[in-house]
Amino acid sequence: MTTVVAKEGGRPSGEGAATGGWKHRRRSDRQSGSSKWLVALYLGPAVLLLAVYIGYPVVYSVVRSLFDAGGGSFVGISNYKAVFTDPNTRIALRNNLIWVLVAPAFVTGLGLIFAVLTERIRWAVAFRMVLFMPMAISLFASGIIFRLVYQQDPGLGLANAVAVSVHDTFVPSSPYPGVSPRPLDDMTSTSDGYTTTAVFAPGSVVQLPMVGMTPDKLPSQAVPATPVQATANQLSGVVWLDIALGSKVGQLDHGKKGLPGITVQAIRDGTVVATVTTGDDGTFAFPDLAASDYRIRLPAGDFAPPFRGLTWLGPTLITPVIISAWVWITTGFAMTFIAAGLAAIPRDALEAARVDGATEWQVFRRVTVPLLGPVLLVVLVTLIINVLKIFDLVLVIPPGSTQADANVLAFQMWQVAFGSGSGGNLGQGSAISVLLFLVVMPAMLFNIRRFRRER
Amino acid sequence: MNRKGLGIAAALSAFAMGVAGCGGSSSSSGGSSSAPTQDLKGQTIQVAGVWSGDEQKDFEQVLAVFEKQTGATVQFTSAGDQLPTVLQTKIAGKNPPNIAFLAQPGSIAQFAKEGALKPLPADVLSTVNQYQSPAWSKFGTVNGKVYGVWFDASDKSVVWYNTKAFDSLGAQPPKTWNDFVTLSGQLADAGVTPMSIGAGDGWVLTDWFEQIYLQTAGVDNYNKLGAHQIPWTDPTVTKALQMLQQYFQDRYLAGGRQGALQTDFPTSVVNAFEDTPKAAMVYEGDFVATSIQSSTKAQVGTDAKIFPFPQIGSTKAGVETGGDAAVAFTDDKATMELMKFLATPAAGEVFAKTGGFLSPDKSVPLSSYPNDIQKTMEQQLQSAGNDIVFDMSDQAPPSFGATKGSGEWKDLEDFLANPTDITGAEQKLEADAVKDYTSS
Repeated sequence: MTTVVAKEGGRPSGEGAATGGWKHRRRSDRQSGSSKWLVALYLGPAVLLLAVYIGYPVVYSVVRSLFDAGGGSFVGISNYKAVFTDPNTRIALRNNLIWVLVAPAFVTGLGLIFAVLTERIRWAVAFRMVLFMPMAISLFASGIIFRLVYQQDPGLGLANAVAVSVHDTFVPSSPYPGVSPRPLDDMTSTSDGYTTTAVFAPGSVVQLPMVGMTPDKLPSQAVPATPVQATANQLSGVVWLDIALGSKVGQLDHGKKGLPGITVQAIRDGTVVATVTTGDDGTFAFPDLAASDYRIRLPAGDFAPPFRGLTWLGPTLITPVIISAWVWITTGFAMTFIAAGLAAIPRDALEAARVDGATEWQVFRRVTVPLLGPVLLVVLVTLIINVLKIFDLVLVIPPGSTQADANVLAFQMWQVAFGSGSGGNLGQGSAISVLLFLVVMPAMLFNIRRFRRER
Repeated sequence: MNRKGLGIAAALSAFAMGVAGCGGSSSSSGGSSSAPTQDLKGQTIQVAGVWSGDEQKDFEQVLAVFEKQTGATVQFTSAGDQLPTVLQTKIAGKNPPNIAFLAQPGSIAQFAKEGALKPLPADVLSTVNQYQSPAWSKFGTVNGKVYGVWFDASDKSVVWYNTKAFDSLGAQPPKTWNDFVTLSGQLADAGVTPMSIGAGDGWVLTDWFEQIYLQTAGVDNYNKLGAHQIPWTDPTVTKALQMLQQYFQDRYLAGGRQGALQTDFPTSVVNAFEDTPKAAMVYEGDFVATSIQSSTKAQVGTDAKIFPFPQIGSTKAGVETGGDAAVAFTDDKATMELMKFLATPAAGEVFAKTGGFLSPDKSVPLSSYPNDIQKTMEQQLQSAGNDIVFDMSDQAPPSFGATKGSGEWKDLEDFLANPTDITGAEQKLEADAVKDYTSS
């Protein structure tokens, strides 16, 4: 409130204030009068700027939040009602909570670890510089980088490229992803694979036309399939790719190629009794089957769709993904702050602990961290304030289909106020900004009180 | 959502031809705007629009013709996609441009209700009625008053296909919905993913829904649903969603349904027309050509062709359009002269010749359009006559029909993620519609 008084006095800025001070000085008590005007003179410009660029907008936002979209009519608290009944606000608040609970603590911890570790290595400065570098990139640009990193397509997204290559090292991908039998009603599809509905006895021939792959993607050893002649006591058949320009469905013509290397199982009463593999022309035969009726099954393993990595930008992972981008950006900042605090710790305290026989871990836990406490708290609170107004990353990283799942208050405010096609609803947007202001307030007050106490 | 075609880099000669064409048609129309009277000398008209880059250059050719005729100076400012926001701010600051181009009837209605727009005077209106089918001026009418002159149109009832993918199977463009589904099945069987959907942009899905709804429910219901006079739980909506459900299968969509939800619109076009395409078809309006030209090596007209959106049922029901309408914020003479000029074929022809645009104007000769694709679409548009409907989501309140991550966009994206739950999708759509239509 003192600043407001100062502002009143300081309004005629510059020369006006100076001459006023001079007159005043002549009339009354020299000491207190001159200092009062001097304060006004020095504070005046700053207060004026704060009033114009911070005070006025804050007050105006509160006023604006009580008016409708056009700003013409007073609507009381109905904007606030709309904000609190909007499910999007609930998602935004939930995500803000996740952000506040996870991100700052994680970054502070990581920053602490890096600060302590880099104190002990030779190329500390170089290492710290690399870690600090992301801070030099705008949040927007970082967002675009991470959007690319987390693309679903392993050919584009780094994260999935790594995931897929690691996965495929341990679990080789299936030879015929997405291939399925034609026509589908002759075979039933279960989790085990495709099983024929009809039963076959030894001596018969099974035709298994398959679709879902372009012929040029077949393995190189594949050769045109040939019709199989029935042989007594032998259940035989052919599996082929039933795709060729201008050919009839289900006919072995036009040089349609067999599918080599497919596992074929003969099933009796639900159990697998024999297993064979198709040759290069797609033919297979079960030579010594007891006379009975068998179903033929093609196990699902050969047709499993390829592992495509995780849907990073899908609704469940989107917030963790954005947080990871933010961690990448801010860890350097936390580390630099904490490293500065670390440098100010009295060395003798650490030495004394070591002389008393404390292990390095004990020194870290019982001496370094407590001494760093105030710095860690400042970093943490600063990051909390930072996190509450996170916006750029939420705008850039998620695709439209999951942006609502990644919503946070600051983004919701922008979207309501300016985002939609017609210029948006400034009244409701202001209401959200007031809400955001109230949410950030405790952290601000905490920081201000800390600074006061330190002084 | 409305996207406009990007003009093919305009040949300089187009300008000269445009002037000549204008002279020819003006004598037939005999309007006062066409005589080079220079009577507006010294007047300046501010125009704001979304066009930038090549599109802006193309449009400035149109303005140059007007400047030459009247002596007025026209300044075009591009505001990009944020145009409504920019306008809102300028109106609040009591400094709006004279004319702005709006792509959404919802926006026109909003500005008109705020009292920011001037209705068209009688002489402009008669020019509009002379050249455009009445369906168009209806899109720009608010409370019985006409505010908008539709200057360019887009045809949203077309499907683009990769000719190489079709040829490799000997496939022909399908005419009916059943053929379309059969063909998609055949393509999938042959290992070619039939369709690419950029469902990361919600407006792509609203267009899919509208195409199908327009045909299954008819023009009347379409307009009623657009005005929310029938609920989203209506049986007609169920039917359209069932048809979408039939088509939204993992094996028909590039990247499956989840992949489609991660794909934005430009990428979905690239998917279908890049060197090793991931899909054979992509559905969207004429502006697909822009993305093909800017992001792939494919040639529009040879590598990429169009067919009309397949017909469902026995009668062809209407064509879905979008477009940009000029609206006036002032009613001085110069402004209204320009509004009138924009409604004449003289203006439409210059713009049509640049190659990226269709004109709602019946009398712009087909020969003005530089390529076959444009001609086909303009023919489709004109033969539909009065059976044209405007993009439904663009008519809705923007919070419902034009906001990323909420309203109709989000609800249809959720439906694509889980197409089995038609009832749930309808209930969400209805709940959002109730909220957004009442609050605006």
